[in-house]
Amino acid sequence: MSKLHDTWGTRLFGVINYLLLAGAAFLCILPLINVLAVSLSSSHAANANLVGLWPVDFTIQSYKVILSRPEVLKAFWISTERTLLGVLLNNVLTILMAYPLAKSAKQFTGRHVYMWGMIFVMLFNGGLVPTYIIVHDLGLLNSMWALVLPGAVPIFSVILMMNFLKQLPSEIEEAAFMDGASYFTSLSRIIVPLSMPVIATVTLFHFVGHWNDWFSGLLYMTDISKYPLQTMLQSVVKGNDIMTLDAAKLYADVSDRTLKGAQVFVTALPILVLYPFLQKYFTKGIVLGSVKG
Amino acid sequence: MNRIKRRLATKEWQLHLMIAPGVVFLILFSYLPLYGILIAFKEFLPSKGIWASPWVGLKYFDFMMKLPDVWRVTNNTIYIAGLKILLGFPVPIGIALMLNEVRRSFFKKGVQTIIYLPHFLSWVILAGLILDVFSLTGIVNSFLGWFGIEPFYYLGDNRSFPWIIIATDIWKNFGWGTVIYLAALTGIDPALYESSVIDGANRWKQTLHITIPGIVPIIILTAILSLGNVLNAGFEQIFNLYNPLVMDRGDILDTYVYRVAFQETNWSLSTMVGLIKSVVNSVLIIAGYWLAYRITKYRVF
Repeated sequence: MSKLHDTWGTRLFGVINYLLLAGAAFLCILPLINVLAVSLSSSHAANANLVGLWPVDFTIQSYKVILSRPEVLKAFWISTERTLLGVLLNNVLTILMAYPLAKSAKQFTGRHVYMWGMIFVMLFNGGLVPTYIIVHDLGLLNSMWALVLPGAVPIFSVILMMNFLKQLPSEIEEAAFMDGASYFTSLSRIIVPLSMPVIATVTLFHFVGHWNDWFSGLLYMTDISKYPLQTMLQSVVKGNDIMTLDAAKLYADVSDRTLKGAQVFVTALPILVLYPFLQKYFTKGIVLGSVKG
Repeated sequence: MNRIKRRLATKEWQLHLMIAPGVVFLILFSYLPLYGILIAFKEFLPSKGIWASPWVGLKYFDFMMKLPDVWRVTNNTIYIAGLKILLGFPVPIGIALMLNEVRRSFFKKGVQTIIYLPHFLSWVILAGLILDVFSLTGIVNSFLGWFGIEPFYYLGDNRSFPWIIIATDIWKNFGWGTVIYLAALTGIDPALYESSVIDGANRWKQTLHITIPGIVPIIILTAILSLGNVLNAGFEQIFNLYNPLVMDRGDILDTYVYRVAFQETNWSLSTMVGLIKSVVNSVLIIAGYWLAYRITKYRVF
């Protein structure tokens, strides 16, 4: 009797559990599906508030309008360029900093000084205005470098990779050192190939960080034609982008609402395309980061 | 062995050379701005530069303490950030425990894939979505319309705005927040479950006596570390969602610092407010790390 009762209780619990989780997942994806459907609907349907989870009067006119604007294509290119440059710089600096920091203070005099120097700026920084003044005084305003140089050292990634390297047995390098190899040779021939899983993880961290960043564009680009895509979206979303409002009046099938939706998805596209990799490697990074050497 | 050590000692300069580029960037963009903090104690004139601007001592500190705006935004910051921590904290734990009970791995993976997604999208993208779904003709108002509730602009109202901010922040982060608990759950020894079955424990008893105690250390750790965020109400989120109608309850320290600098161009006041916030924040974070170490013996570094 009690066994039967248990089974039913467990089953009921199981069903409720599945339903609640499915509901949570649905809530997470709902705004995306809804706005995607709006962006693919006619302006009439969108403004009459007829669109739920499926496009009404399906049309890709909004995307055509967005992608025919040279400003959008230019912003897409600026974002691509800064992401490639930024990821490259972040990766090189992560590797070059994590390797020495993973050595003991005996092998690397001053390790603690470097380490604390890095941790200090993680805890305390000059803040908005002083950083802006430095970037301004270095003559970086309106230049691509303002988007990549201030965040060139990704401290979190350095610590992540350092913890990974600390776990590697030191014998791995010893044979090479016996043969007279330099630290540079060991790093490029032995350590980097062994660290590929971590490098893949931090590469994706840096990719998402650069692609998603909109604030440095807003701060350091006084010329709006130099905005990266996310900063451009920011002004579209906040209603500061007059061109979008004009386009909404110019074409019959589109409205301010469908255009904004389309701009959101054009901006999110690279993240959505790479999402399966992002999910896998980000999860790995969390697990790697919580393992201490 | 010793020969290697001696050989490596002569090569130590290579390690310093490797770390040098990173150090240069940190000096330029992290340490030089510390010198810029001086303008909080000066009357900053952009034409003169930081050094030549005249000293004013604590003028801007006194000014700040008397400014009603500062107290308003500090209140809002603590209110929003505190509720985010308080209400957002249990959600990923609950979802992780629920996911842990799912035996069909395709369902579990599917749910995980979907709930992690908002974490990877910027607040600009999410603000684009949120502004649409909460607009007067958006899906939220259509849905509430079925129950006879009149359309209402929730993002333009001082009472509802903070709650939309709290709810959408939880919405963005709860899924990703489960990752750390799910990782901790896989670390629980399966032998514990096997022996509990022999002792006659059902699933509920197992959850209560094995699963939850197994993740208590990580729960305590995340709770302590989240205290460091009491002054971070979410600049990127609020900056993209607020509007002049909700300044009373929606404006926070970070948005205020931004506006004072770039709209009112009062650089010295902005730096002073930012500095005080930064100092208090660092103290909170360090206290959190220290507590975490004392209580759970976990070293963040």
